[in-house]
Amino acid sequence: MTLVLSVLEQGMIYAIMALGLYITYKILDFPDLTVDGSFPMGVAITALMISKDMNPLLTLPVSFLLGALVGICTGLIHVKLKVRDLLSGIIMMTALYTVNLRIAGRANLPIYNNTTIFDNDFVNAVVPESLSRFKTVLIILIITLIVKYILDWYLHTRSGYILRAVGDNEAIVTAMAVDKGKIKIIGLAIANGLVSLSGCVFAQQQRFFDISMGTGTMVIGLASVIIGTSLFKKITVMRVTSSVIVGSIIYKACVAIAIKFGFGSTDLKFITAALFLFILVIGKERNHKVKEKPEQAVKAEAQQEKNSGRR
Amino acid sequence: MLELRNVSKYYNAGTVNEMCLFRNFNLSIEDGEFISVVGSNGSGKTSMLNIICGSIEVDSGSIWLQDSEITNVKEYKRLEKIGRVFQNPAMGTCPNMTILENMSIADNKGRPYNLGRGISKKRNAHYQSLLSQLNLGLEDKLQVKVGSLSGGQRQALALLMSTMTKIDFLILDEHTAALDPKTAEIIMELTDKLVTEKKLTTIMVTHNLRYAVEYGNRLIMMHEGKAILDKKGKERDSLKVDDVLDIFNDISIESGN
Repeated sequence: MTLVLSVLEQGMIYAIMALGLYITYKILDFPDLTVDGSFPMGVAITALMISKDMNPLLTLPVSFLLGALVGICTGLIHVKLKVRDLLSGIIMMTALYTVNLRIAGRANLPIYNNTTIFDNDFVNAVVPESLSRFKTVLIILIITLIVKYILDWYLHTRSGYILRAVGDNEAIVTAMAVDKGKIKIIGLAIANGLVSLSGCVFAQQQRFFDISMGTGTMVIGLASVIIGTSLFKKITVMRVTSSVIVGSIIYKACVAIAIKFGFGSTDLKFITAALFLFILVIGKERNHKVKEKPEQAVKAEAQQEKNSGRR
Repeated sequence: MLELRNVSKYYNAGTVNEMCLFRNFNLSIEDGEFISVVGSNGSGKTSMLNIICGSIEVDSGSIWLQDSEITNVKEYKRLEKIGRVFQNPAMGTCPNMTILENMSIADNKGRPYNLGRGISKKRNAHYQSLLSQLNLGLEDKLQVKVGSLSGGQRQALALLMSTMTKIDFLILDEHTAALDPKTAEIIMELTDKLVTEKKLTTIMVTHNLRYAVEYGNRLIMMHEGKAILDKKGKERDSLKVDDVLDIFNDISIESGN
């Protein structure tokens, strides 16, 4: 039971981060490594605020906004300074390591005895004693669902449409007299905001900050996105955002099972990587970055040759 | 009115591979003109379109639109009043979005892409009536992803999308070249209809000499960055495919093609 609860808790926390990665990886087609830095940044700022006994509810918007700011930086590096997408993320990720240390003040910051969104007077009064072991998972469920519904709503606004268009076909965005660079920056801001928000909830569930928490965030998130989107591809009534959330829970369950079968917690990163590789091979997503486009170009060329031959 | 004044463009400037594409190239396009541009590969047709749209920068010279200079105006800003259809049908639409979503995006051009709802149900009938004039059955497929349509269907949709909002210029970059002859014919007829209906000033690059002669009211032949043939009015109307082909053959032999 404890295992199931912990899988659900962590699965849904990481789902918020996976929703962010869904925006960058699936919608924008942008391999954004910034997340390895923006996730622990959410943890760091939350740990700091909680340790200073600030209102835990305040940590949520603060983490989101700080993450969005970081996303904007990555976007500016990529769009204005014309640095390649992967490198822009790596630059930000590296810089954020120091930033996170500065925010937290040290490499490890425990918040065991402070008030969090899961453990405060209000929650303890509302939730009856018998259900107290479920209160964390319930609060996480509520937060994740709120994030999901806001994202669903956003993706169906005009701004959301143009965001989807920029990943699908940049030329169309330019043709609509819209600056595609601006749209990419908006997308990165939302994505990293969500990743940092996920870190914020994670900090309060784990009750400590550790500088190494961010390593592998990208891999976990991508694995969740790919599991979710390829597993539920056929089910059209299910929103993609829901698929990603379920994907994240499935992923966490796989890792938990691996540990249950004798792997130690030191093997965690290896399991993460191996599982991701396995999912990539099964999901056939290896060439996402260069999918479709060359194929279409070749087709168009071949057809053109055929036509000119006819004339 | 659109003008290119003394435009020069070099590729690989300053290296042994330096290639001059345009040297002091001038062109002025009056409102209401429908120009067909023909010429061999590498003659500068597509580069000219790219210069007009701002996809590539010029090395010297200036570009003027309705008496204001747009040489340094960014591509996306210029495209506010320009619609462009590319040779590759995939360039003009979003493959992973539905026809309805694609049309909603195009419908909103010129207005802010804000937090309003992406699709307004009230516009559906309007979209359907636009699509039904294509006679491709797309009006019943609003919820179908554009990626699953054929090249011809996509190109028809791209053409429709680029002319949905009020634009001054329509730029067609070999937009029938990737299509089979029958579909190309349909797209050309649709183009002509849209241009006449909306009174669009149009520049059409094509390799099909018959289309170049049949459609439009001005014909330009490009060769090595110059307009070696520029006919309009009566002169243009008396032009026949064979005449154009003869000139085309002459310049091709000259340059060894």
